[in-house]
Amino acid sequence: MSSEIINTSVEEYKKLVESLHSENYEMMVDLTVVDWFRKKEPRFEVVVQFLSISKNQRKTIKVFVDDEGLSIPSITDIYPSANFYEREAFDMFGINFLEHPDLTRILMPDDWNGHPLRKNYGSGRIPVQFKNAPKVE
Amino acid sequence: MYTPDNILTTTIDKAVRWSRTQSMWPVTFGLACCAIEMMAAGSAKYDLARYGMEVFRASPRQADLMIVAGRVSQKMAPVLRQVYDQMADPKWVIAMGACSSTGGMFNNYALVQGVDHIVPVDIYVPGCPPGPQSLMHGILTLHDKIMDGEINR
Amino acid sequence: MKKDTRKNKFKDKFDFWATNSEEGGWNISSTDEGSQKMLEEENAKQIKIQTGTDVIDDFVIDEDTSDDERMIVNMGPQHPSTHGVLRLQAELEGEVVRRVKPIIGYLHTGMEKTGEELNYFQGPTNTTRMDYLSPLFNELVFSLTTEKLIGIEVPDRAKNIRILMTELNRISSHLVALATGGMDIGALSMMIFGFRERELILNFFEKTTGLRMNHNYIRPGGVAADLPDGWQKDIEEILKIIPEKLQDYDDMLLDNPIWKGRLQNVGILTTKECFAYGVTGPSLRASGHSWDLRKAQPYSGIENFEFEVPVLNEGDVFARWRIKVLEIFESLKIVEQALNKMPKGPYKIQDKKITPPPRKRLDESMEALIHHFKIYTEGFKVPEGDAYVAIESPRGELGCYIVSDGSSKPYRMHVRGPSFCNLQALPVIMTDSPIADAVAAIASLDPVIGDVDR
Ligand code: SF4
Repeated sequence: MSSEIINTSVEEYKKLVESLHSENYEMMVDLTVVDWFRKKEPRFEVVVQFLSISKNQRKTIKVFVDDEGLSIPSITDIYPSANFYEREAFDMFGINFLEHPDLTRILMPDDWNGHPLRKNYGSGRIPVQFKNAPKVE
Repeated sequence: MYTPDNILTTTIDKAVRWSRTQSMWPVTFGLACCAIEMMAAGSAKYDLARYGMEVFRASPRQADLMIVAGRVSQKMAPVLRQVYDQMADPKWVIAMGACSSTGGMFNNYALVQGVDHIVPVDIYVPGCPPGPQSLMHGILTLHDKIMDGEINR
Repeated sequence: MKKDTRKNKFKDKFDFWATNSEEGGWNISSTDEGSQKMLEEENAKQIKIQTGTDVIDDFVIDEDTSDDERMIVNMGPQHPSTHGVLRLQAELEGEVVRRVKPIIGYLHTGMEKTGEELNYFQGPTNTTRMDYLSPLFNELVFSLTTEKLIGIEVPDRAKNIRILMTELNRISSHLVALATGGMDIGALSMMIFGFRERELILNFFEKTTGLRMNHNYIRPGGVAADLPDGWQKDIEEILKIIPEKLQDYDDMLLDNPIWKGRLQNVGILTTKECFAYGVTGPSLRASGHSWDLRKAQPYSGIENFEFEVPVLNEGDVFARWRIKVLEIFESLKIVEQALNKMPKGPYKIQDKKITPPPRKRLDESMEALIHHFKIYTEGFKVPEGDAYVAIESPRGELGCYIVSDGSSKPYRMHVRGPSFCNLQALPVIMTDSPIADAVAAIASLDPVIGDVDR
């Protein structure tokens, strides 16, 4: 099994995915985002994994999306399986997938504020209180 | 031997309590991993039927007991409350597992840190997941509680 | 006066269907807006997805039905046969399902966020709770990814134990799938049987790992403990009993006309649709494509075991049920080989930086104490980089993507749950068939909601 990593830009992204589809990469298995908050510019890195079953190969595409535009073309028309993944990325990181048929929140309730997996979103930890514990001032 | 006209005297109080414990029907509220253990408790080896409660009711209207088995997310919380509100009185709640009791190991934005924030809980069953034996112990403790506790709910 | 208040109290008590309840007033807003206003008709693409005609257009449109016969029903999230807290909204036309939209997120636990707070040593505690029917696979994939990042190889015995445990886990997971699938369709004895046989395996797990589920047994660098004394006997017993019981299932269901009539030619999924929606695992193999990561991209030394990959061509619910039974047989073969050729040696990697020293050494050596302290407080550091590793879980390709920034905690941890992807095929297999088949279709995909929502 061989795997390969391709770095690309937002403009080239869709064309590259199309060419992968014609090269017998039948499945898009995973799409996720890494938030490089204050570590790298542009801030978001979209990582997409492709699998070719006939050739037994994997390919990874990495695209950087900047904080201002926050948008990247959707690939649901090429790979329908991207649907849920893109909605998840939108929900968790707030990335806009252009021309996605139904870009709504998927995991969080619709009235949720913010995008939880961003690095500047706190984990929401609630300090644990114990009954009858001595008071700490 | 056939003996006609048998009479058993008791107080109404006791009779009510006894009947409440002996056929306690739980509503199916399986959420996560703990639900699998709850199902295991209902199946062949552990056999909840011994306590007259193998009938997991799909409709909350017919149930007396809600076993909250698993982690309750912020999105699920309103649903849980609604199901609880739909149950007919008297009703009891068992929080099964660390997650539903306290939030467990997931102290983060997504989970309700303990179902006692949304519904009143009678029994907490610790464990992650609590084995079927623990769940049964919880249920028996609830039976004791009903037998000795307040009759008005 | 006194009497009056009492009466009022009673009235309140029994008026619970009119008022919400005495505690009422809970804000239910987030259930009844947003995702509930689904099935909008403006977007042609959306309708295509919801009718499952995105890939292959096999939709038969009946123009005659009036609008009165169409209705939108909601199923779940609290429903006995949606396997957890899955919620479906479906448009029915009489008895026939026309459009479906799965709504998920009711079990979202924020595990990816929690995963960033736990170090690599604690990581499996978190991942094991994702797919709660196959916890050992989650631990394995996390450990393999971490090991790939560090660039270490675990000892042979650890590898073999991993294979043994995961294949047993595959059996127990499939048994639950068979059991709950049977229950949904009305074969209640199947439910009792499946859980009974599962206990056998869980007992072994409990003996080895200390817990029945959520073991945290496979960790980066090996496994947490050696197999218990006399484990061979337990495995032999499992190997003896399970095939007999599987024979019982076959006697009961394989030629059962009701079972067949209920499941055959229902919810057909073709290979093309599987590829498009990213469906992997037993569902793909039941649609006639032999693809198993254990063969194609072997992990943890599974290439040294002999087994076959069962393939069926029908792609219907029956095939998806049948293939699970066949896979249990194959897993039993692997377990038997793992039993026979279990190598001797350490069950953890002998690297002081990664493996905590055994308890005995702590009393003797200062150095061991320091390592112990370091590993349990800070954890071990992992070099910068990222890695994606995939293994074959009972539901399909289970992948883990970890980005490390050189510290002892993952910078980003993402798990590709197979159920998440498989769920997208739900509209394809549910539409155009009666509502009664919907339950069978969901059960056959075997989604685990913990894996979907994470
Ligand atoms: S307490 Fe443990 S087993 Fe139960 S739902 Fe929480 S994580 Fe799962």
